[in-house]
Amino acid sequence: MRVDADRDVCIGAGNCVLTAPEVFDQAADGLVDVIDPEPAPHLEQSVRDAVVRCPSGAITVGGPGRPGS
Amino acid sequence: MSEVADVPVHMRRTAFDPTDELARRRAAAPVSRVTATMGQVRFPTWLVTRYDDVRAVLSDAVSFSNANEAVRAHVAAALGEETAARVELGGPSLLSYDPPRHTWLRRLVAPTFTVKRMYRLRHRVEAIVAEHLDAMEVKGGPIDLVEAFALPVPSLVICELLGVPYDDRAGFQRRGEAQLDLELDFAERRAVEEESRAYMAELVRRNRAHPGDNLLGTLVRDHGDELPDEELVSLGILLLVGGHETTANMLALGTLLLLRHPDQLALLRDDPGIADRAVEELMRYLSIVHTGIIRTAVKDVTIGGTVIKAGDAVAVSLPSANRDEAITDDPDVLDLTREPTSHVAFGHGNHHCLGAPLARLEMRVAFPALLRRFPGLRLAVPFEEIEFRSLSVVYGLQSLPVTW
Ligand code: HEM
Ligand code: SF4
Repeated sequence: MRVDADRDVCIGAGNCVLTAPEVFDQAADGLVDVIDPEPAPHLEQSVRDAVVRCPSGAITVGGPGRPGS
Repeated sequence: MSEVADVPVHMRRTAFDPTDELARRRAAAPVSRVTATMGQVRFPTWLVTRYDDVRAVLSDAVSFSNANEAVRAHVAAALGEETAARVELGGPSLLSYDPPRHTWLRRLVAPTFTVKRMYRLRHRVEAIVAEHLDAMEVKGGPIDLVEAFALPVPSLVICELLGVPYDDRAGFQRRGEAQLDLELDFAERRAVEEESRAYMAELVRRNRAHPGDNLLGTLVRDHGDELPDEELVSLGILLLVGGHETTANMLALGTLLLLRHPDQLALLRDDPGIADRAVEELMRYLSIVHTGIIRTAVKDVTIGGTVIKAGDAVAVSLPSANRDEAITDDPDVLDLTREPTSHVAFGHGNHHCLGAPLARLEMRVAFPALLRRFPGLRLAVPFEEIEFRSLSVVYGLQSLPVTW
């Protein structure tokens, strides 16, 4: 899985950080920072939850990403 | 505690539950007409009840405006233009701006409310909660939990964050409650708004002279040139009222709900490890904000198969969306151990609650601390005597007499 976040769209609500802290952080300006753009398979469900819970629709996931994920 | 007939459908509840009428509309007429109330004015609005449709409206800032045009037009028709300028809490600000102005202002304040900033505040929130529990213990029951705990804790937190003297609380708590009261007529609303603006203007003036170590001071220091006083005053009022009235009602109503579900209360008291998901479930189940801002369609748009015309008012029912089968299994069951849902109790889209990380922190600390300090917590009056507050932007309790 490959994770992207559009900082032009992000409103800094932090739902992603609460849902998948291993993958998302907020930079000093409050906007999203993807700290692990190719998360391990066991994190993929929480990333999908973060996509749904992101109020601004800033997060997208796609393939491929790291082999086997 | 029966439903009050003249309360608009989207605000009708029986204690903790939205009216059955909302479930019926969700099934049979998911986008339908209702009559909304503001002061002495009644006006027609669409009511969107399904989870997916609610999210569709809230995430579409291109088709739906927060600028209150529809509400303003109805109020202007009934009471004139000058009165209609008073429909926004504290004056036009973040909540009633559309992009790009909304994006600009939201980004100025976002750094203050990040999840990490909130983690750093945790110790202070814990100390504030403990102080109030100590005071309750000294005083002894029965006491009003709203007055002793639910209201002062979030009030003190937002005061410190924003830079508002806590000693002024009697005034801003009274004004905040009035500003959220949908029954308040426009003459009274105007008086309260003017009082609020005068109060906040004085704080802004002081921070212009000597920027404090708080949000108002930071905004003045870092963005003083971009932010006229008017803007700071409106934003300050929005944060002050939004920052204490909402969390206060969640704490009070949530405690009452737990007292009515002793098995769930015991789960949270005995295992603080479930506090995070318990708070999400309480938020979903209670959905204390009925609708948020009533949107105005800026073009013709189809939602849930219904055509909404440009200029129409559109309300989304957050409690209805959060009790929709589409969100989780058995949505009418309170289950504090439930996998967290993607509920909309903090809204959705670009106006999603700015204070959500703060509110979550406060509730995650406050509920377990209260239940553990007073394991024998119970109502001091019969449940039937508790008064619920319906005709307000935020659902909640006037008072909650408890003992232990
Ligand atoms: C449990 C407590 C809370 C609940 C249920 C809640 C609920 C909401 C909801 C539903 C919205 C969206 C309204 C709409 O889209 O029309 C919102 C927005 C907002 N909330 Fe909260 N809120 C809570 C706590 C707080 C706190 C503690 C603060 C302040 C620090 C706050 C400040 C705001 C602000 C400024 C907005 C407007 C955001 C924008 O327009 O971009 N809220 N809140
Ligand atoms: S949840 Fe979405 S809007 Fe919020 S910080 Fe993360 S990416 Fe940004």
